[in-house]
Amino acid sequence: MNMIEAINDALDIMLSHDPTVVIMGEDVGYFGGVFRATAHLQEKHGKNRVFDTPISECGIIGAAVGMGAYGLRPVPEIQFADYIYPGMDQLISEAARLRYRSAGEFIAPLTVRSPFGGGIFGGQTHSQSPESLFTHVAGLKTVIPSTPYDAKGLLIAAIEDNDPVIFFEPKRIYNGPFSGYYDKPVEPWKNHPDSKVPEGYFSIPLGKARTVREGDTLTILAYGTMVHVVSAVAKEKGVDAEIIDLRTLVPLDIEAIEASVEKTGRCLIVHEATRTSGFGAELSALVQERCFYHLEAPIERVTGFDTPYPHSLEWAYFPGPVRIGEAIDKILEA
Amino acid sequence: MADKMSGTGRAGHNRPALAFHVPEPKFRPGDAVDFSDLEISEPGAQPRPDEGCAPIDTAPLANDLIRVLGDDNAAHGPWDPKLDPDTLRRMLRTMALTRAFDERMYRGQRQGKTSFYMKCTGEEATSVAAAMALAGDDMVFPSYRQQGILIARGYPLVEMINQIYSNRGDKLKGRQLPIMYSSRPHSFFTISGNLATQTPQAVGWAMASAMRGDSRIAATWVGEGSTAEGDFHAACLFATVYNAPVILNVINNQWAISSFSGFAGGERATFAARGVGYGIASLRVDGNDALAVYAATQWAADRARSNAGPTLIEHFTYRAEGHSTSDDPSQYRSAHERSEWPLGDPIMRLKNHLIHLGEWDEGRQEALDLECAEQVKAATKDAEKNGVLGHGMHHPFHTMFEDVFEELPWHLEEQAAQAIRERKIKWPQA
Ligand SMILES: Cc1ncc(C[n+]2csc(CCOP(=O)(O)OP(=O)(O)O)c2C)c(N)n1
Repeated sequence: MNMIEAINDALDIMLSHDPTVVIMGEDVGYFGGVFRATAHLQEKHGKNRVFDTPISECGIIGAAVGMGAYGLRPVPEIQFADYIYPGMDQLISEAARLRYRSAGEFIAPLTVRSPFGGGIFGGQTHSQSPESLFTHVAGLKTVIPSTPYDAKGLLIAAIEDNDPVIFFEPKRIYNGPFSGYYDKPVEPWKNHPDSKVPEGYFSIPLGKARTVREGDTLTILAYGTMVHVVSAVAKEKGVDAEIIDLRTLVPLDIEAIEASVEKTGRCLIVHEATRTSGFGAELSALVQERCFYHLEAPIERVTGFDTPYPHSLEWAYFPGPVRIGEAIDKILEA
Repeated sequence: MADKMSGTGRAGHNRPALAFHVPEPKFRPGDAVDFSDLEISEPGAQPRPDEGCAPIDTAPLANDLIRVLGDDNAAHGPWDPKLDPDTLRRMLRTMALTRAFDERMYRGQRQGKTSFYMKCTGEEATSVAAAMALAGDDMVFPSYRQQGILIARGYPLVEMINQIYSNRGDKLKGRQLPIMYSSRPHSFFTISGNLATQTPQAVGWAMASAMRGDSRIAATWVGEGSTAEGDFHAACLFATVYNAPVILNVINNQWAISSFSGFAGGERATFAARGVGYGIASLRVDGNDALAVYAATQWAADRARSNAGPTLIEHFTYRAEGHSTSDDPSQYRSAHERSEWPLGDPIMRLKNHLIHLGEWDEGRQEALDLECAEQVKAATKDAEKNGVLGHGMHHPFHTMFEDVFEELPWHLEEQAAQAIRERKIKWPQA
């Protein structure tokens, strides 16, 4: 199963499982979404449960907040994370704070799904990674899967969660894990162990990281597409790195991070989003605050550059094997 | 030419210079006020189409002004809701109580019992009469000037005051700005300070109700100034696309803080007329005429309940007081506007109507006003037992960290411990 199929499966199960789940968004109904994540769901569950919306992110999220207050569990799709900004106020000021401002009387249990990240030649309007904007907001949960297995289990958990969740789907790895080498063909998911997704209902708790690979010399913190890139680089360099896929940024599995850094004494943080005030800055501060006496080298961050995502120079922007490799060398030499 | 501003950058063009328009209200402080050019239609003269009519059939009403109560204090025409005297007296009482509440809370703010207050003086009909025309479990998504709805729905005044004082009795745990109430049991949605955000939410709620085959409808209130926000347009669009059972109330009280309605486009079109363009049935009513407000709301509610779709109602009214306790309207508008407002005062008009019917008199009104003042006073006393703002009788510190998420995550638990530690140092005796 590839990641799209896993997401489609999770949505299908939740629509069957819980009559209050509804899916809405641009092109999600009849057509099944531009990435086909909602394919056949309207056919199967009807227009009352899966329906198209006007091209109005403010309307989509605003209406979803009202539906959540009614008692539904809307799963709005924002076609690309780059288009979430017109709906930002409804997310930040409304969805995120509804529980707080009503002291628990009203909740907005929405799960906003949105493909994010670059690497598909989407130019500067189809490539951004805006996750840190959301992690900065009290009351929102941010979830980012990196495998079909996780996509299904985490999406089910997100939909069941009573808090608003932003579920960012790394579109670069929808069809197969990406090693960061543009010149090598992408292996389809079917050859990967994490593409074996159990049938039927299962969930993965939010707030629990996944240890992708155990190791002793270095901790690498990553999420989404970058999990696969750092895995490839570590393997290629023969570094005994412990790779932690955060899976959820809020709530964050601080225990897993601390335990790993205390063991390895070295920490590399990798994300695709722009560097300044990116989530890596938060991770770096946390590791410094909590693991300082265990550190044997300065914490390193590998990120995208502080520019919009350039179309033709996408390769140069993407935090690929060279940038990651150099950072690993630097940490190990320190 | 490059260093010179010119329309086209081409030299020697002889087309007329364009003029930039910045709206300006008709009267500024000190100006004499003349409202004679306002088109105030004849009470009873507006047709009342069937509730199931096509949206376009309401187009004339979106530019007219639906009125029932005439200068003769009688009810006129097809929009007369023909309410019985008891209902009329209840309406009058609720409006009078709302005004008494505003008076007292305004004074409370001046006495330092809270930080802020907002009155709805002159607009009582737009919330009270509207609330009375809805079912008690229809969901309302108000803005901040609809205290009348809560009062109409019987929400205890003490709870309202606890909220305003942010004291330890405040059901919202002292988190919200005063007047930003919430009461799920009264189907009253939590108020947001971000203007117009409640409008697409109301539509979403109404959509959900329709999806689930429920029978409850939704209504939302937004100021005319706030209709400029994108959210309002998204709300209109979603309402029409999904034929949502929702009532979109626009309270045109002429002023958005110091900006007159022209800055929301009011110079060019009525606010009701905007609904017509979306394919939404739209009515423009005299917002100071409680009977007209009731009738329009009832019409819209019937329409929504019969799956005929949404209605936009513009309530043409006047904000008689300042925007809030932080505002001084004498700085930007003529003081005469209030007294010259041609649509009068909603409470006086309803009172005079009841007197005209022989169902009321000045003595009973005086007694009612006194009774309302006493009722508010007693509630205020009760609420003060729970403390007033800034006097230490607030919710425990830990509550600050609750309800951010359903469960307290580790980072908030750590921050809560810090707040409690700091408190012991800052206020050792507490
Ligand atoms: C998004 C947003 N922008 C600005 C403000 C500040 N603000 C508060 S009330 C107000 C005027 C609103 O006027 P109107 O909608 O006409 O309602 P009224 O106060 O007249 O009832 C403004 C600008 C706000 N609360 N939210």
